[in-house]
Amino acid sequence: MAVPKKKVSKSRRNNRRAHDAIKPASHMECSSCGELKLPHHVCSSCGVYNGRKVSSTVED
Amino acid sequence: MRHLNSGRKLNRTKAHRRALFANLATSLVEHEQIKTTLPKAKDLRPLLEKYITLAKRGGLNSYRLLISRLCSQEAAKKLVEDIAPRCKDRQGGYLRITKAGFRYGDNAPMAIIEFVDRKIKVKNKTEGDKVSKDSKTEKSTEEASPKKSKKKETKKTSDKVLAS
Repeated sequence: MAVPKKKVSKSRRNNRRAHDAIKPASHMECSSCGELKLPHHVCSSCGVYNGRKVSSTVED
Repeated sequence: MRHLNSGRKLNRTKAHRRALFANLATSLVEHEQIKTTLPKAKDLRPLLEKYITLAKRGGLNSYRLLISRLCSQEAAKKLVEDIAPRCKDRQGGYLRITKAGFRYGDNAPMAIIEFVDRKIKVKNKTEGDKVSKDSKTEKSTEEASPKKSKKKETKKTSDKVLAS
């Protein structure tokens, strides 16, 4: 069975992982309430999407 | 091979899937708007739009077909008597899917699926139909004593107050 000949050094391991970082989730300001929301999603705080009320929230 | 490239299995057997979509379609017809996972909503839309087309055709045969597909006489009745006349001027595209974040617990992508020409009354977002009826009473108590509600909700309400 094929087996690694040498231990991978910390440097080599870390270099390999240089591109593995997770990008932060994107977000935008809701046009109706100004709260941060996910793009292309109903606003979780005011329930509005594209100027239309889609779902009701605790406040209303 | 493009086998299995259309549609989703949703980890269910054929009979289970059929029952699931009959239930989803019945609920959507009854409540006009439901919240479910995005893949289920995406599969439900073409299915129910075909049923609406069937309901628009009218006649006893299509009515009986609808009862058999939806497993619900009330839903079939509403489709034929209420929804079909409403969708008369629309050639397809009766349903709208809007993405609605990710579910707490399994991070499943959620979506709100609704009739495009739905009556404007918005359902209560969190608890389904039961809460929507007494959402009016809920509203007044919530505004009067925001501190009594859960932590997250109070935070949101207070933020709103500050903003306005």
